[in-house]
Amino acid sequence: MSDKVLTANRLSDGISVWLDASGQWVEDLQSAFVARHAEAVSALEATGTAAFADNKVVDVNVIEIEEKDGLLRPLRLRERIRAEGPTIDYAPGYRGLLGPFEAA
Amino acid sequence: MYRYDEFDHAFVSERVAQFRDQVGRRLSGELAEDAFKPLRLMNGVYLQLHAYMLRVAIPYGTLNSRQLRMLAHIARKYDRGYGHFTTRQNIQYNWPRLADTPDILAELATVEMHALQTSGNCIRNVTADHFAGAAADEVADPRPYAEILRQWSSVHPEFSFLPRKFKIAVTGAERDRAAIQVHDIGLHLKKNEDGRIGFAVYVGGGQGRTPMIAKKIRDFLPEEDLLSYTTAIMRVYNLHGRRDNKYKARIKILVHETGAEELAGQVEQEFLQLKDTELKLPEADIAAITAYFAPPELKSRPEGWESLARWKKADAGFARWVEQNVAPHKHPDCGMVTISLKPIGGIPGDASDKQMEAVADLAEEFAFDEIRVSHEQNLILPHVALADLEPLYRGLVAQGLATANAGLITDIIACPGLDYCALANARSIPLAQELSTRFGAAERQAEIGELKIKISGCINACGHHHVGHIGLLGVEKKGAELYQITLGGSGDENSSIGEIIGRGFEPEKVTDAVETIVDTYLGLRRDKAETFLEAYRRVGPQPFKDALYGATQAAA
Ligand code: HEM
Ligand code: SF4
Repeated sequence: MSDKVLTANRLSDGISVWLDASGQWVEDLQSAFVARHAEAVSALEATGTAAFADNKVVDVNVIEIEEKDGLLRPLRLRERIRAEGPTIDYAPGYRGLLGPFEAA
Repeated sequence: MYRYDEFDHAFVSERVAQFRDQVGRRLSGELAEDAFKPLRLMNGVYLQLHAYMLRVAIPYGTLNSRQLRMLAHIARKYDRGYGHFTTRQNIQYNWPRLADTPDILAELATVEMHALQTSGNCIRNVTADHFAGAAADEVADPRPYAEILRQWSSVHPEFSFLPRKFKIAVTGAERDRAAIQVHDIGLHLKKNEDGRIGFAVYVGGGQGRTPMIAKKIRDFLPEEDLLSYTTAIMRVYNLHGRRDNKYKARIKILVHETGAEELAGQVEQEFLQLKDTELKLPEADIAAITAYFAPPELKSRPEGWESLARWKKADAGFARWVEQNVAPHKHPDCGMVTISLKPIGGIPGDASDKQMEAVADLAEEFAFDEIRVSHEQNLILPHVALADLEPLYRGLVAQGLATANAGLITDIIACPGLDYCALANARSIPLAQELSTRFGAAERQAEIGELKIKISGCINACGHHHVGHIGLLGVEKKGAELYQITLGGSGDENSSIGEIIGRGFEPEKVTDAVETIVDTYLGLRRDKAETFLEAYRRVGPQPFKDALYGATQAAA
């Protein structure tokens, strides 16, 4: 079985989020809680269903990841792009998921 | 242009208030997602990979500067400083917060804009020739009819829950710049022998997973019958269109399965019942709507010709831009200007807030306050005096908006693809950027001539790949991106669906493959006047297959 994490989009702004070990939805995949065996995956699924029912998040999914050089990396390109943001410089001063650059 | 009346204002405001209430109840948890999703979609709010997306309707692609400034303002205040103009002449924002969408819609309403019917199984934004009202080859302006259809179809109770979405396009010229033959209904405005105005009616075109060219079911429909005949088509579709299978629900499948002749008969029968009802358009109503679209008063400014010649001589870049991006206008002293949203190596269709504002200013100063969005994802200033082209050009250069590539190989259509879209299999935009960079040199583009590349990130075909001279379709194979190439598609008055040329190419190989295709064309064309499409139609796919896969390979 490959390792898994739980992901969703936050209801209020749609931003992609991952579930961390303390049960918080965070914007950084690298902070996500990794389920490495079947029971942990079931727990993730249950948490996801509950969070959806609780109207915190939408589009909840358990996704497959691998650990590479100490970094979590989704197996599917789609999920890598969700985690890292568009692969293009989409507007001057913007990059990836970060939004506006902070002025120096 | 058309101005809202009291009814329109009241209606749009009421819808904003309703949606504000719905969003509020959703955020408080009172409404569950399953109940809310159709409501948000009815107001143009989608969910993509990274965030919500808001699609704002731009009826028949026509804007004034006030509206474009509002679009810029929304990009800046509620989004990340840019918007994406689409093949359906709409604009999409990629990062709005759900909580902000009622405010966005309220702000849009102040300039008579909204996001209604940009989603769902209803009659969508009616699209039209982006050169409407200006083109030299036009019989009549198609936009009054698009507006009549818009008013009639807005929250039409009978046609709000069709088997599937429904798209209508109208052109008023022989040269079809609205791709009417790949729409559910395509209307070609023309005059008959008696000089009366009417339409050739096409039905059942479409792209998506089952691309089809529409069938002409009426050679001449008098203009007063527009709504009764359209209603007849909608009724036949609503009754017989397949609701059992989403993939077979578009009218194109009904036309295909029923046969065009049989379907035309059914429509005629319905039409007989409707012809002399209140759906018949009174001449006065047509005239009243047409008056909204009266062209600006274009003064005679023949001095422009002399200035133009002088400017062209002095500046080769300007000359190239005029050559490529300015087309003849009805009025001899004017031109129609294409503002390319395809900078070399850039993102097709994206414009920053500053660029939108600059275009609004320039339109006000030089173009009678009129802006259009083209289905090729560019902006158009339809009425510009030749005498004003040079200062306009300077203004565009300052904003990086003077790329001289309209209709050339770098004028690429690309859907959002896997960089944004939840349905995507592969990315579209980076491929467009790589192709644009590869072919970007001015001399090379000029040598290649007219060549339309269109890219979709999945089979839904939002990027029109089926009708690209070269079409690129992203698929997923073993978890990786792969691009399938089609050749010979076209979305004009001689529409055709492109043919798959063979097995697909990996991302790092597809640009080379396109280059091989282009080089093959350059090697076999009769002369420079023979375009890629003409050459392809003459020689067929084989030389391209040989070049791509080797002559020995069995048919792929
Ligand atoms: C959230 C983003 C989008 C979603 C979910 C989406 C969804 C779809 C789907 C499901 C279809 C296939 C319909 C069918 O075959 O019945 C389709 C077709 C189409 N879409 Fe999109 N689309 C999106 C963005 C866009 C954009 C950005 C454009 C313009 C660039 C666009 C323009 C079109 C066009 C022109 C077609 C093909 C025409 C037809 O309906 O047959 N869409 N879209
Ligand atoms: S073609 Fe596919 S990938 Fe592209 S925007 Fe449409 S649905 Fe998304």
